[in-house]
Amino acid sequence: MLRIVNIRIIDPDLFETSPTLRLFGGRERTTGRIVFPYAAEDERFERVPLPDRGTLWSYTVQRFMPKAPPYAGAEPFEPFAVGYVLLPGACIVAARLQCRSFSELRLELPMELTTLVLRRNDDVATVIYGFKPEGTPG
Amino acid sequence: MKHAYIIGAGIHPFGRTEGRSGLEQGALAARAALADAGLEWADIQVAYGGSDSAGRADTLVTQLGLTGVPFVNVLNGCATGGSALFGARAAIASDEFDLALALGFDKHPRGAFDPKPAEWGLPEWYGAAGLMVTTQFFAMKLRRYMSLFDITAATLARVAEKALHNGALAPHAWRRTALDMGTILASPMVNDPLTKYMFCSPAEGAVALILASEKKARELGRTQTRIKAVTLRTRPPGSFEVFAPAIDLTPGPSPTVIASRAAYEMAGLGPRDIDVAQLQDTEAGAEIMHMAENGFCEDGEQEHWLAAGRTRLNGQLPINTDGGCIACGEPIGASGLRQVYENVIQLRGVGGARQVPNKIRNAYSHVYGAPGLAAVVILGC
Repeated sequence: MLRIVNIRIIDPDLFETSPTLRLFGGRERTTGRIVFPYAAEDERFERVPLPDRGTLWSYTVQRFMPKAPPYAGAEPFEPFAVGYVLLPGACIVAARLQCRSFSELRLELPMELTTLVLRRNDDVATVIYGFKPEGTPG
Repeated sequence: MKHAYIIGAGIHPFGRTEGRSGLEQGALAARAALADAGLEWADIQVAYGGSDSAGRADTLVTQLGLTGVPFVNVLNGCATGGSALFGARAAIASDEFDLALALGFDKHPRGAFDPKPAEWGLPEWYGAAGLMVTTQFFAMKLRRYMSLFDITAATLARVAEKALHNGALAPHAWRRTALDMGTILASPMVNDPLTKYMFCSPAEGAVALILASEKKARELGRTQTRIKAVTLRTRPPGSFEVFAPAIDLTPGPSPTVIASRAAYEMAGLGPRDIDVAQLQDTEAGAEIMHMAENGFCEDGEQEHWLAAGRTRLNGQLPINTDGGCIACGEPIGASGLRQVYENVIQLRGVGGARQVPNKIRNAYSHVYGAPGLAAVVILGC
């Protein structure tokens, strides 16, 4: 039977997947300074897409399940990688990392924007932005 | 500058004390400090106290005595103790008060701290995605530092081994069993590169200090321990702090660096004048990075320092002589004052098995807390 899975973007101000995958930041109107995330209620900033490629500034592996709430990830828990990715001309953003093996992560590794499924409930998959080593399959 | 002196110090053992609330531990520490100073509660003219999770410090007047004393509650995360001391010293320096109490206590349940995004002005997705975890911040700050400055995992283990060795010698510590480096390195990984025994844990404890003006200290014949500096700073632009969805491209100094520089300037001292230091060691890497941020060495020198034992009790610059947060646990309201308490003990020469053998002229302590505050205290004789 064909199962239709609805995709729920965790926060539409944060990123969009259509027409293309884009991560958003805020650009301070007066200074051009880029911040992340974009906060719609702060009028000093306008929403702008951030670069979709960068380099790995740092990383770690989350080996234990964070307190839930606020953590709303899949259970049973499996360790996942997190890091900071330096997006040139913008800022250094925190992100979940998608990788085949934790051992492939290293500082300065070129990374590209992707999406990850945070959890699945029934037919709804909650999706968040993430980064993966450049050139690896999605 | 008006001088202030520490004339009394009291501590409730850190760790886990079943059946005794954080407030009760705070009251016991306060009474112990008063007894140490030879004073009564009615002598205290102003009080600054705080706890993150164990209640309102000012309610202790019901246990200590209804004297009408001005009692200010302090809530500054891990820097609560330092902030309480900051307030108490400023009150003495204002000339309005001669005797002040600085108190910090906490009693945390087992497990990681429990932050909610909304309380920190952060969006829900940040917590939902599993990015809002304090141990991740420490691991990532450390990972970058280790890569840039060639710090190895063995050095992390040396810090933890030293902490547990010193804790075994400190009656107020929680973890009092020494462990070897192999055991520390082989323990479960929490957030790479940090293993279980390299981290502190939330716990319980209380510390109280009695401060006196110069006039009062001379009158009481208790001028042994002078406060040479207390500085408190919040984060400047570009600093990398816990719970940060993003970091500026242009790095800035940490609040530790600016608090440290201000403290040396206030005291008219430099790092070489310091004989013992208690540095925030939320985890082993934090102690290492804080050695450089507080001006004691250049980035990367820690690798050699630790291997050479320079920071052990009998080394050139003993660091975390009671085992720090790693051995004592982290009751966040109390830790900053525990560090000062330990320096008072070391300056008095009554540290027993953990007494630093070198002559101590100046003792330094540094506490750091989310969302980016640091406090530095320099004491001297």
